Amino acid sequence: MSKNGLLIHYDYCTGCQSCAVACQQEHDFPAGKCGIEVTEYVYEAIRKPVAIDFLPFPTELCDLCINRYQQGEKPACVKHCQAACMSFGSLTELVQQMEITPRSVLFSPR
Amino acid sequence: MDYDKGIEVFPTTIWSAGAGCHGACGQKLYVKDGKLIKVEGDENASWNQGRSCPRVLALTQYVYHPDRLTTPLKRIGNRGEGKFEPISWDEAYNICETKLKKIRDEFGAESVVFAQGTGRDVGGPISFLCYNYGSPNWVQLGLSGQSCYTPRLGGMKATMGDFSVMDAGQFSAERFDDPEYEVPKVILVWGQNPPPTCSDGFFGHWVVDCMKRGSKIISIDPRNTWMSTRAEHHLQIRPGTDGALALGMLNIIINEKLYDKNFVDKWTYGFEKLKERVQEYPVDKVSKITWIPEKLIIAAARLYANSSPAAIHWGVPIDMCPEGTTVAQAITQLWSITGNIDIPGGNVIARPSHGVTTYPYSTEELVELYGQELVDKLNRLRIGCDTYPMVKGFRGWAQPDMAIDQIDSGKPYPIKAAWIQTANVLGGQAARAKFHYEALKKLDFVVVVDLFHNPTSMALADIVLPAATFAEKDSFRSWWVPLGVMHKVIEVGECKSDWEINIEMANRLNPNCKYKNVKELINDRLSVAGMTFDELVAQGSQAMPPKGHSSRPYRRHEKGLLRHDGKPGFTTETGRVELYSKAFESWGVDPLPFYREPAQSPVNSPELYAKYPLIMITGARSHMFFHSEHRMIPWLREKNPEPYVEVHPETAKTFGVYDGEWIHLENDMGKVKRKVRISLRVHPQMIHTLHGWWKPEMKGSEPDLFGVWDYQINQIVPGPQDSNSGFGGGQYKTTLCKLSKIRE
Repeated sequence: MSKNGLLIHYDYCTGCQSCAVACQQEHDFPAGKCGIEVTEYVYEAIRKPVAIDFLPFPTELCDLCINRYQQGEKPACVKHCQAACMSFGSLTELVQQMEITPRSVLFSPR
Repeated sequence: MDYDKGIEVFPTTIWSAGAGCHGACGQKLYVKDGKLIKVEGDENASWNQGRSCPRVLALTQYVYHPDRLTTPLKRIGNRGEGKFEPISWDEAYNICETKLKKIRDEFGAESVVFAQGTGRDVGGPISFLCYNYGSPNWVQLGLSGQSCYTPRLGGMKATMGDFSVMDAGQFSAERFDDPEYEVPKVILVWGQNPPPTCSDGFFGHWVVDCMKRGSKIISIDPRNTWMSTRAEHHLQIRPGTDGALALGMLNIIINEKLYDKNFVDKWTYGFEKLKERVQEYPVDKVSKITWIPEKLIIAAARLYANSSPAAIHWGVPIDMCPEGTTVAQAITQLWSITGNIDIPGGNVIARPSHGVTTYPYSTEELVELYGQELVDKLNRLRIGCDTYPMVKGFRGWAQPDMAIDQIDSGKPYPIKAAWIQTANVLGGQAARAKFHYEALKKLDFVVVVDLFHNPTSMALADIVLPAATFAEKDSFRSWWVPLGVMHKVIEVGECKSDWEINIEMANRLNPNCKYKNVKELINDRLSVAGMTFDELVAQGSQAMPPKGHSSRPYRRHEKGLLRHDGKPGFTTETGRVELYSKAFESWGVDPLPFYREPAQSPVNSPELYAKYPLIMITGARSHMFFHSEHRMIPWLREKNPEPYVEVHPETAKTFGVYDGEWIHLENDMGKVKRKVRISLRVHPQMIHTLHGWWKPEMKGSEPDLFGVWDYQINQIVPGPQDSNSGFGGGQYKTTLCKLSKIRE
């Protein structure tokens, strides 16, 4: 069986930070500690004068919400993502999904 | 999070303090041993379908914050000294009762204002207390020109006799899967970046949901945003000129005959007069006014008009345009003449769910709740009603700019006291914030009801009453849909809900008060829906209006579901959508839309513009904060620690400022501190900065007041409102300023 990971369809990430606060709540992390961090990119692009993107980056603290997984629940970030642009699943399946969701990244944990 | 036993899960609806927003999310509250330990989105709630915003996910940090107000307080030092002592509820009520009765006996009930902030569940309880006391002066104190939704409501009401919202399938529990529903082919997003907001009873990410299902976006926004950078067309408009753009688009759609002729013939009134008016706004003229290239205006107008269904979703900048009501009227005409009213994926008529009133939006609802006699009596005395017929005829609110002038001058009658409820007037919405501070200090008696101390409570309060979050109270919500209830699952200190406080106080001030407790009131108001509070709680806290109900789309004008007489048509005098508004005519307002240049602008005030060459836009929403709230919540504050100003790289070069530098935004009214964020998000001739800033970690007593005079941006926003109807034209997005160095 393939390893689990996260697919982040960042084209739709609106930078709302629900993933980050959901993670902090779930793991009872204090401010300053978080399993996923969102970065904003504002830049000149090829076909438009300005592009704005956000990218959630799973940090060393991400455990893919193993406790929730054992209860049959999605990771806290995936569950609460307001743009519903994050998926959890086996890497093999996520790679297939990725082919039809351009501008996405795959996260494979340690 | 430990998944151990003894946890109870309560689904509830959220509205009001806590997350703070206008939405109706379903959230599940996890409670153990009487303590809230976690919040999770409710998958069964059709509104959010399991999703949550960062503010509601941080609820445990909010509810149990060490700075929460947990008992009633009485001021013991001088005002502003920050010295308070805890007292019992009974003592607090006794003091309020004695003072307020004495003022009513000596000066009349009208000499007390009842102030609220943004439109959450407080609107119901505060109008209830105000009317039971007998005052006509229920007011969004500080909100210049009532420039938040009310002008749009006025423009819609005067045109269609009803209100309307973009259809994202929110009126059906099946949402996008409802076979009757259709996704808009085009969404014209006017003056908003929807993701950080849940304004006006609308979940911002619904627009994102529609984009995933194929909706194309036309974005009208002076800034580059997440939404604008994903739009088919981005119209980078000069702030405050939206009225000209709407008229220019009407001009193109009418002259190119792109409108829905059948709908116009059958259901509208005054088309020829509108056609004549829009000839004054040819596209070249509109392009010069708005700074948008002609070809973009034409392309946007054609794409919108040629797509069916198409929807318009709009934001608060419309209200803040000069003559906001008439700008809203013109935009309402766009969705009217294109036949997008009350069709799937268009702009559907929005009424309070099941016909339940929580928060009265119109004079009709006030009459239903409080009777014609009282409403007529209060209409005569309300601040602003002699000057502005709309203040008398449309909504039950006093005019805020005139209210603060009257508090200051005592004319035409004195104002002696203020009951300020969950409204940080001084740290939040008050344009001319310093003037509000000076004027409000003249009052004999000020009650502040809130959850945390803030600049307003510190500077002004004689009595402070601790309010509850949505997790700590029973309340209800019917703002469009769903019909929802909040129910109390935890308790914090001695906090009480706004409804509880105001019903208890109302009973002391009015021996004939209709309700003795909150449940009695809620159940009475819910009776039109044929449901009780407990039944709604038992079914997961939310319900959708059934098909065929007048609060559920579609095509109700054809079915006779809108009018009291049961005839097909709209609830206007002519029964049609009035492109020439009879209501405006009766209120002495121009019945047709027109454009007026902002008071401060390169065109209107060239000398001022030479001195202050930047157009300052304030008030874009943050995912982290609701207006002036949440600055003390660690998980939220760390993600946006300081109030920043977005400055274009070229502008930064001109003013010689660097990224991260603390500077002043300055004009003739004063200066406010901001941290520079150099960004391509803004136009070189504009800057944008966040509003509602004060720092809870700073000293609360005078002169610091939590740093409000360092950071409150509305100190340099002028008043009064820039509109002749009294509605609209708060200058929050059109004030001129410059950047200046801070010299120690």
